[in-house]
Amino acid sequence: MAKIIVNGEAKEVQLPLTLSELIKQNNVSQPEMVSVQVNEDFVDRTEWPDIQIKEGDAVDFLYFMGGGM
Amino acid sequence: MFDFTEEQIQRYSRHILLQDVGVEGQEKIQNAKVLVVGAGGLGAPVSLYLAAAGIGRIGIVDADVVDLSNLQRQVIHFTKDVGVPKVESAKEKILAINPDVKVDTYREFLYSANALDIIKEYDFVVDGTDNFPVKFLINDACVMAGKPFSHGGILRFNGQTFTHLPGTACYRCFFKEPPPAGAVPTCSQAGVLGAIAGMLGTIQAAEVLKYFTGVGQLLTNRLLIFDAKTMQFRTIPVKHRPTCEICGEHPTIDHLIDYEQPTCELKKHKKS
Repeated sequence: MAKIIVNGEAKEVQLPLTLSELIKQNNVSQPEMVSVQVNEDFVDRTEWPDIQIKEGDAVDFLYFMGGGM
Repeated sequence: MFDFTEEQIQRYSRHILLQDVGVEGQEKIQNAKVLVVGAGGLGAPVSLYLAAAGIGRIGIVDADVVDLSNLQRQVIHFTKDVGVPKVESAKEKILAINPDVKVDTYREFLYSANALDIIKEYDFVVDGTDNFPVKFLINDACVMAGKPFSHGGILRFNGQTFTHLPGTACYRCFFKEPPPAGAVPTCSQAGVLGAIAGMLGTIQAAEVLKYFTGVGQLLTNRLLIFDAKTMQFRTIPVKHRPTCEICGEHPTIDHLIDYEQPTCELKKHKKS
């Protein structure tokens, strides 16, 4: 098991794990409506399947929020 | 030169009393020109608080008229205003709160052909819009024009905001491009708790006042998010991305883009 931080909360995950799989595990129902940062760096969605999660990684899902009117 | 009247000193006394603001800060507020794009859920509290604070000139862009379904959160519009252009309704309330404010109204949509012309007249832009095409347009136009802006987004029980100054992370640095139009829930489709608009809009208004008075740390390189269900607030560090399409080292976007607008499905929910 590896300790990582998802949206500011500590989590334990089984490695190996890709970023795409982590997104699925976190029940992101509309992946097209999130932007993802790993260790505060933006990760293009085309790279999600290739990114391997490592011990200590901090992952943030930034949700698109389009409302305002 | 501080040429406030007795009445103005009384009106702004609670600002002037603040050590970080004072008469000097209030004068900066009075000299400020702010553009508010969207006179809706966010634009309403932003405009009301900026007017009350004594911002010298406020521009408001909105093509719509007030609808009954707006009144649940767009607190600048009253029941009597249903059917009235939002910019006119907003101007009336701003002047009622503070006749010192000069108000410019733009009863039109912001798009690629008018954005830079409108924005150039102002020192700071507030995004109070309800769709991604315009949010990206505001971002790109402000980056191109070197203008600071406050981004705001709300949905259901959630809100997010950050402040951009030239050189700091822009919206594209961490959201890159608009989501596919078909995937997007807007307020009219997904709903929004009315008070969320006030929570986020007043944060944006506070950022504007901080910017002009130079007080504290702005929400630059940080995305503030909150969930009103749990009342948890979080600021997520975000970075200027060197590969950013608009503000990076080799920008690939050299003109403003009008992205496809998701269609409003409000009518489907209306009783026939």
